[in-house]
Amino acid sequence: MSQALFKDETPALDDDTRSTLITRFLSFMDDESVLRDDEDLYPYESDGLAVYRQKPPLVVLPETVDQVQRILKICNELNVPVVARGAGTGLSGGALPLKNGILLGMAKFNKIVSIDENARTAVVQPGVRNLAISEAASDYNLYYAPDPSSQIVCTIGGNVAENSGGVHCLKYGMTVHNVLQVTAVTIEGELITVGSMACDTQGFDLLGLLHGSEGMLAVTVEIVVKLLPKPDTTKLLMAAFDSVDTAGDTVAEIIADGIIPAGLEMMDKPAIVAAEAFAQCGYPTDAEALFLCELDGTEEEVQHQLQQVEALVRKNNATVVHIARDEQERMQLWKGRKSAFPAVGRLSPDYYCIDGTIPRRHLSRVLQQMNTWSDEYKLRIANVFHAGDGNLHPLILFDANVEGELERTEELGGKILELCVEVGGTITGEHGVGMEKINQMCVQFSSDEITQFHAIKNAFDPGALLNPGKAIPTLNRCAEYGALHVHHGELPHPDIERF
Amino acid sequence: MTDKDISAELQTQVEQAAATQTPLTIQGGGSKSFLGVRNNAIALDVKQHSGVISYEPTELVITARAGTTLEEINSTLLSQGQTLAFEPPGFGAEATIGGTIACALAGPAKPYLGGTRDYILGCRILNGRAQNLKFGGEVMKNVAGYDASRLMTGAMGTLGVLLDVSIKVLPRAERDITLAASMDVESAIDKMQALAGLGQPVTAAAFIDGTLFTRLSGTETTTNAAAHNLKSMVGEKTDNSTLWQQLREHSLPFFQPQNSQPLWRVSVPALTRPLDIEGEWVYDWAGMQRWLISDAPAALIRSTCEAVGGHATLYRGTEEMQRQAGVFHPLPAPLLSLHKKLKDEFDPKGIFNQQRLFPEF
Repeated sequence: MSQALFKDETPALDDDTRSTLITRFLSFMDDESVLRDDEDLYPYESDGLAVYRQKPPLVVLPETVDQVQRILKICNELNVPVVARGAGTGLSGGALPLKNGILLGMAKFNKIVSIDENARTAVVQPGVRNLAISEAASDYNLYYAPDPSSQIVCTIGGNVAENSGGVHCLKYGMTVHNVLQVTAVTIEGELITVGSMACDTQGFDLLGLLHGSEGMLAVTVEIVVKLLPKPDTTKLLMAAFDSVDTAGDTVAEIIADGIIPAGLEMMDKPAIVAAEAFAQCGYPTDAEALFLCELDGTEEEVQHQLQQVEALVRKNNATVVHIARDEQERMQLWKGRKSAFPAVGRLSPDYYCIDGTIPRRHLSRVLQQMNTWSDEYKLRIANVFHAGDGNLHPLILFDANVEGELERTEELGGKILELCVEVGGTITGEHGVGMEKINQMCVQFSSDEITQFHAIKNAFDPGALLNPGKAIPTLNRCAEYGALHVHHGELPHPDIERF
Repeated sequence: MTDKDISAELQTQVEQAAATQTPLTIQGGGSKSFLGVRNNAIALDVKQHSGVISYEPTELVITARAGTTLEEINSTLLSQGQTLAFEPPGFGAEATIGGTIACALAGPAKPYLGGTRDYILGCRILNGRAQNLKFGGEVMKNVAGYDASRLMTGAMGTLGVLLDVSIKVLPRAERDITLAASMDVESAIDKMQALAGLGQPVTAAAFIDGTLFTRLSGTETTTNAAAHNLKSMVGEKTDNSTLWQQLREHSLPFFQPQNSQPLWRVSVPALTRPLDIEGEWVYDWAGMQRWLISDAPAALIRSTCEAVGGHATLYRGTEEMQRQAGVFHPLPAPLLSLHKKLKDEFDPKGIFNQQRLFPEF
């Protein structure tokens, strides 16, 4: 695929600096851990957002904290940018390499250091896969709650960097709610520990600040996560409706009724049809909207809530109401939702996943506007939706081989995100800003707010060497972008120079 | 109930203070002014900046101006069967939601349902340059930009003036019941920790004067079933329904010592054994938050806590003690350095709440 969407205009790392780095890294790392040949470098050219690519000039794969400290010290001394990377499943280009910097692969930090059954905590290295934590904790009847759909491959270090969510975060929170302590290395090579094994910490919430900071403040080298007891009972109810509005209203009523489901996922017709074709999971393909409502807890609690939810969906004229008979059917119904992305992927050569969050009361308006744009841009959109918390994932179907379609897709995606901001939401609920949504940051935040973000980074990384250029746009970039997107005749960021 | 936006006036005051480098003490209801080192700087009165801006029960979000009283927030939520799940103490009817977020104190439910920082969704602040900035938002999932709202939570006003805050709320349990059993402290510590691992609807556990109290929350059916399941472990139902509020608000007799001895808050990891410090103890948060009334030297209390991975706050003490010992546990050097840099980036002239949190800024 072309690199039309991404152009790194910084000068490439010069040969002398590159050779110096190689020599110095090889003084404390083995040959296989300092990748420098093209065939070794190409696998790292993109993350989960494969339309953005940049071959890194150098990839280093440390395996000890000491090595990470030395690498960062050297890069700081030589003024070389560093992009840290976990499994590379991120969907916003956060781990996209830079032409003038090294890629720091954390894959060798893949050990679960310890699990404390009684304190219900696990000490893990950042390269441990999300699901591996729950698998290891399973012997103790415990699990790690956040479950991004990439959990089979994505790493916990990446989860911290992105503050990843998943289908269960309405009840169990995002990564930031499930991590007690993070040990990280600053660009100066200093080891810091934020958070605490106690129930709270002194001073500023630096643990909270590191979550979702997209590798721009420090490099995580160890994480202590909270583990939860597996719930006694889990039940899944599927309900189908003949309109998205009714489904959305029903979600609101469930919550107003005092129920916080463990998961509350919604899909629109195109997504239902695609998922059913892919997974044969038993979804009613004639429905306009469908939701899966998962309830967990003690037997009594779940039975009580299940009755409440069932009564509500019936009252609202659900066309299908079905409670999974057993664990096997529950997993089958989830399989459809969890494979929605690849399922939609089969309908079209390419798809582009959006990640806005909106106040749920505006769902109808946002979906209607998307339908209008879909016709206008001649691009199909399928919607999967973390309905409980308002996190939308419209999937735009396109064909990158049709000239201009990729660019039209990107433009449509940008408009959808800006609509999310307009209704009081945000451009990213859980995938991060990365490189992908950097322009939309200028829509969501003012110049002063963006300046304050840069100031936060400056406190940690004064030379702006950790993942520079991601997540927080420069004001100049906003000015350039803003010039193209004038809302209501107001010029965004009017206080800065334009060129 | 008042509904008033004085952000423009506040902004002017901060602007002038920054221009003249005049220190300000951010003042809400004053109910928590005992916490942290006091100073005599000019008060920036935020109390008048009040009123609920929006409340969407079906989206579990409330947004209010910082001067709104905690009481008003609580009663607004109660009218819709919802609540602030982290049970912030008010320490008086004047307590405001701004002070609640700035101090980030949480009640007995903290280990089970999370603390203040787990519920903050967004905020609007004035930084030390008198800029009006909005971070986070009113939606539950939001990873755009650094999480400055969490940074403000618990910063004791040292980074900026909170103007308004958006907080996640939860349904209020239909009812709570409390179980009680006599036991020794060692068994209580083990049981309190084990309880949270059983998947039962436990929402508080405290050990007070030889008795372990356990709170269960939910519907009548679920709490009765849980009480039945846990009976052999943590005892029978008791009528002590105000216990948790008294513990949260420090109105138990324990918190009114005779000789105005200092009150320490000790925060330690799960399963930490009783600490070897002379004094009277109450255990909350399943043993992870301990209240200590003791005349033991501050240095001893702090080093004992530090040795087990915890920290100690001089919660209530004389001004002299606060200045000598510091109120909050000193930070390790690399973290202190980051704190100072962040302070500089938010409040370059150092006008807000000088030394309230740490003596260094």
